[in-house]
Amino acid sequence: MSTNAILHGTAAELETALPTTLFRFATAGSVDDGKSTLVGRLLHDSKAILADTLDAVARTSADRGFGGAGATGTQAIDLALLTDGLRAEREQGITIDVAYRYFATDQRSFILADCPGHVQYTKNTVTGASTADAVVVLIDARKGVLEQTRRHLSVLQLLRVAHVVVAVNKIDLVDFSESVFREIQADVQQVARELGIGSAELGTADHIDDLLVIPVSALDGDNVVDRSERTPWYDGPALLEVLETLPAADEIDTQLESFRFPVQLVIRPQGALAPDAVAGGLDVEAFRDYRAYAGQITEGSVKVGDSVSVLTPGQAARTTTVTGIDFAGESLQEAFAPQSVAIRLAEEFDVARGDTIAAAGTFPESTADLYAALCWLSPKPLREGAKVLVKHGTRTVQALVRSVSGKLDLATFKLEGASSLELNDIGHAQLRLAAPLPLENYLHHRRTGAFLVIDPLDGNTLAAGLVKDHPGDHEDERYSI
Amino acid sequence: MSTQITNEDLELSVLELDADSPKAAHRASEERVSVSKPRGEAASRLSSLDALESEAIHIIREVVAEFEKPALLFSGGKDSVVMLHLATKAFWPGKVPFPVLHVDTGHNFPEVIDFRDRTVERLGLKLVVGSVQEFIDRGELAERADGTRNPLQTVPLLDAIQQNKFDAVFGGGRRDEDKARAKERILSLRDEFGQWDPRNQRPELWNLYNGRHTVGQHVRAFPISNWTELDIWRYIERENIELPGLYYAHDREVFARDGMWRAVGEVSQPLPHEEVIVKTVRYRTVGDMSCTGAVESDAATVSDVVIEVAASTITERGATRADDRISEAAMEDRKKDGYF
Repeated sequence: MSTNAILHGTAAELETALPTTLFRFATAGSVDDGKSTLVGRLLHDSKAILADTLDAVARTSADRGFGGAGATGTQAIDLALLTDGLRAEREQGITIDVAYRYFATDQRSFILADCPGHVQYTKNTVTGASTADAVVVLIDARKGVLEQTRRHLSVLQLLRVAHVVVAVNKIDLVDFSESVFREIQADVQQVARELGIGSAELGTADHIDDLLVIPVSALDGDNVVDRSERTPWYDGPALLEVLETLPAADEIDTQLESFRFPVQLVIRPQGALAPDAVAGGLDVEAFRDYRAYAGQITEGSVKVGDSVSVLTPGQAARTTTVTGIDFAGESLQEAFAPQSVAIRLAEEFDVARGDTIAAAGTFPESTADLYAALCWLSPKPLREGAKVLVKHGTRTVQALVRSVSGKLDLATFKLEGASSLELNDIGHAQLRLAAPLPLENYLHHRRTGAFLVIDPLDGNTLAAGLVKDHPGDHEDERYSI
Repeated sequence: MSTQITNEDLELSVLELDADSPKAAHRASEERVSVSKPRGEAASRLSSLDALESEAIHIIREVVAEFEKPALLFSGGKDSVVMLHLATKAFWPGKVPFPVLHVDTGHNFPEVIDFRDRTVERLGLKLVVGSVQEFIDRGELAERADGTRNPLQTVPLLDAIQQNKFDAVFGGGRRDEDKARAKERILSLRDEFGQWDPRNQRPELWNLYNGRHTVGQHVRAFPISNWTELDIWRYIERENIELPGLYYAHDREVFARDGMWRAVGEVSQPLPHEEVIVKTVRYRTVGDMSCTGAVESDAATVSDVVIEVAASTITERGATRADDRISEAAMEDRKKDGYF
């Protein structure tokens, strides 16, 4: 592990460092638990902050009287300033919106979704977690597990984030006390057990040994990038080591996974071939009747010769064979999630945007009855009888909200009665779609089980939706979102 | 609290006739999933560049599928060149199905305009030009005291969008460029005045992009949001993408101003006290000649540049853009007004 041999080495080091893989993670925390500082520390210690940015932050820190030199002996800077991007955020000293940060080690390139904790925490956590391979939840060592922590963990469990890492921050402020850490660790594991996090029965979770809990000091850098000597009782990895080694969501094979490919558009040049491709020697005659279906593989993999079903909602599935997988002039024998490719089929089917190509015989019939968990993200409440739009894969349909059947109490993870949903609520609802959609349970299929609820009037995104089984169909009600 | 299916809604009730038994379908799916095949060993890891490329192509295709009239902002700068390259890959073997839009400040590096025209010709694209000079000539824009025309691009940009009825405009903006851009969405709504409202953005979930907009609004699409400067250079190297020559080290007459090396040119003249010298320089960004500075560099090839960028300790905008040094929120203010 050479996390400090970041991208600032010699040419030789750079050459051997390639290629890296991509890892997306998000941070979630409560007010004042030092999340911005932790993010700033990760960026700073992984040398992702360049000199001019650091100078600007140092000047602003000094202007605002940020004091107290860190234990690392570096100049005292307010690391939080590295992440607060908007004028209003810097003026008010708060983080308003999800911000994206980038840094790289010799192992991986990281995309960090920095989700603010106090304003609209559910909205921000859901947004950041929806694309994350892992989420780092912060806990203030002086405060321990708060109701907010429970809520964060509930949302992460609901979204089935592949990995959850808990950073017990400000460990310096409890004198690096092992007993304080162990107590918090036990509390976290208790909550995780109640929620089912880290339990093998849940989809991808069989690849996680357990929820990882790490003692850190974001301010001083203990166990963030490098292991700290001030926590000799902790023999686990530093946070960055964990992030470098966890498998990304697309790297985890699950038994339930199979090929899924929502068709984005049909590539059919009909003679209007790209002039640069023709100049490069493309055989115009051979491509006169070219027809391929472009999209991004959402899960699983496909090989030339595979038997696949084309699913057009409202029609019986049609089965055919993959005759080619093209990517910008390359012919591939196999492609896998999350590759963007163009697929050719043996039969001249009428296939269009909104259709899904899937491994033959693995896909459920489309349905117009949608049962879902909704994370409500809009200040405009959801009422029964509302007309909305549902965007699922590459298809958008009208829908009627039949009923709201309850709201999750995130602290207890129990469903309580409700007939409407407000901003930051998570509830269960039943929708009737104006046209059937190929829906799958979100627990088993994170992409084909996810959808957006959109306001038909102003086009705003109202909710993140997770497809549930129809009532009575599933075995285990406890963790069924 | 009710989960009963009711037939009260007449408008939708007709559809219920063709609804299959959903329960049966779901049960069937649970049984069938066992036939899914495990993924090949080698197949399960995509390099970060491949993952970024795949994401960008997905976004480009989504926008083309969902919008009536998209266009791509093309300056001849490296990010827009990479965008165009991604578009050619997204629609291969077909042509790129949208025009390119260049906002011409009139303060151009001649080799960049030459590169632009050759590229458009090579790919058979339509080029739309919005001219800052024409707006100044008509008295609709006033030259700034500092002579820079970068902030003046917003008016011709919005005018070109309106005149051509573009409803989606691809940009090469990246979130790592600036703190305000770090909060930008991949699909970002602009109101009738082209304004960005950073505090009221739509949440962006999974890979489901919501591009709905009303008449007069348009959407800016940023497919390479998640790329860093180093990713861009590594991709240029890997894909062997041609760039204007000024991205590579060359000898040029320059003078020092605001801590940057400024090229001597028609619109960029040294003041009497500013000494002109010949230096080996290259550009990290290509913009308005009156505010874009060069950096001293002997990186003459793309692999030299990859190494230089990886080792750099200064951000590209900090090093080379006078307009981003004006205030801490310079980019945010320009973006709110409708800038790229």
